Amino acid sequence: MSEVKFSKNHEWVQLKEDIAVVGITKHATEMLGDIVFVEVPEKRKIVEANDQTAVVESTKAASDVYSPISGEITEGNKIIVDDPSKVNTDPEGESWFFKIKLKDKSEFDSLMSKEDYEKFIKENKN
Amino acid sequence: MEVQKTALYNIHKNLGAKFVPFAGYEMPIQYREGIVKEHLYTREYAGFFDVSHMGQFLINGKDDLTEALEKIIPADLRELKINHSKYSFLLNDEGGIVDDLIITKRKKGFSIILNAACKENDVKQISKYLKSSFKFVLDNQNSLIALQGPNAAEILERYFPGVKNLKFMQGGDFIINNKQSYITRSGYTGEDGFEISILNDEVENLIKFFIENKVEPVGLGARDTLRLEAGLCLYGNDLNENINPIEANLKWAISKRRRLEGGFKGYDVIKKNIEEGTKKIRVGIKPEGKIIAREGVQIFSDEKEEIGFITSGTFGPSLKSPVSMGYINLNFSKEGTNIQIKVRNKFYSAKISKLPFYKKNYVK
Repeated sequence: MSEVKFSKNHEWVQLKEDIAVVGITKHATEMLGDIVFVEVPEKRKIVEANDQTAVVESTKAASDVYSPISGEITEGNKIIVDDPSKVNTDPEGESWFFKIKLKDKSEFDSLMSKEDYEKFIKENKN
Repeated sequence: MEVQKTALYNIHKNLGAKFVPFAGYEMPIQYREGIVKEHLYTREYAGFFDVSHMGQFLINGKDDLTEALEKIIPADLRELKINHSKYSFLLNDEGGIVDDLIITKRKKGFSIILNAACKENDVKQISKYLKSSFKFVLDNQNSLIALQGPNAAEILERYFPGVKNLKFMQGGDFIINNKQSYITRSGYTGEDGFEISILNDEVENLIKFFIENKVEPVGLGARDTLRLEAGLCLYGNDLNENINPIEANLKWAISKRRRLEGGFKGYDVIKKNIEEGTKKIRVGIKPEGKIIAREGVQIFSDEKEEIGFITSGTFGPSLKSPVSMGYINLNFSKEGTNIQIKVRNKFYSAKISKLPFYKKNYVK
């Protein structure tokens, strides 16, 4: 099982060799509510870490999805564009947002572990 | 100002409500099931809504009260029968909408349901026109509960026998255990339903009855998607002090006599708008595809000339498509007209749509 890391903007990143798969966390989907619209980046788009890269909208509001790492987009997940509700049902599995060819592995290493992310959520609850 | 809570706050909490601050109150935006399910359940069966944050304004008085209220509310109050309700507004001198409201003629005077965010200011505006002999109160003894959905009448009949005989926009007193509630057949979802003004210490029993009868709680989130599908305005979004009822496409809410005779605040502007037409008008807008155009989105013609703006937008769970309302230059307001909406700096096609997006028949 490859390593999964988490960002303060509630994205998860799974590294498979030099390709990072990025999605939003279950916690993020619970805060957003019913997801009704998703926009993912085009292939070959170059992004810097913390760039606004995708969009997710619930019935209530639109939110930006940031790329926690820099690199080149290799794929956007068309499945969730066609059926945005899939992000609610399987946010940390099938419903990834985009894949990115990693430029600098240290960016990945500096993200939070699962334990640290869970602690981060708890601390920010109040 | 301290955040206020309705009498049902703890019940909401137990039902898994997520709270948001709204007009000075902690109100449930949604419960465990979420906005889409709450919305669909209301359309398919029945949902209840705590709308106790709204103003319940009661005024006692006779014909001279009717006369005084007609100076600021453009409804035909003189012809309004006892226990009948009308949708209307408070207007400013320029004809702008200070608030939208439901006014009901009662045995001793009138009751007016006001928006939560506007109610304090409304009372100030109204009281300027009232003689000291008229007794008025912004009621805080009663909660206000909406029950909405196709099964609403059958369910409420078991708690308040006789409510099923009410017609749309009519009300009456209902007494259970010597406690009086005032119920109108009305609502703001596009469904059949009721609004129940019930004593704060009785409301819990009513909610328990609802839950036993599989009525689900519905938060402000689904209230917004329901009203938007039904083409109903949200004050602060679709209506404000700089928009008059003619621009808002709500001319129907001003009775014929009042349109001809005037005698209310802002009449000059409204008369001129009726006779000469308005520059802009409220319309329904259906974006193509899944893109959602929310409040603040600009509207352009195919030639990229700016022609309007969106005031409300969301995803309509019953329509399974995005829906918006907004104001547009009159020349582009015809149903079916192609327009462009600019979302996140990209243009998307949309069409002017008739309102409501979603229609069910009210009991007449």
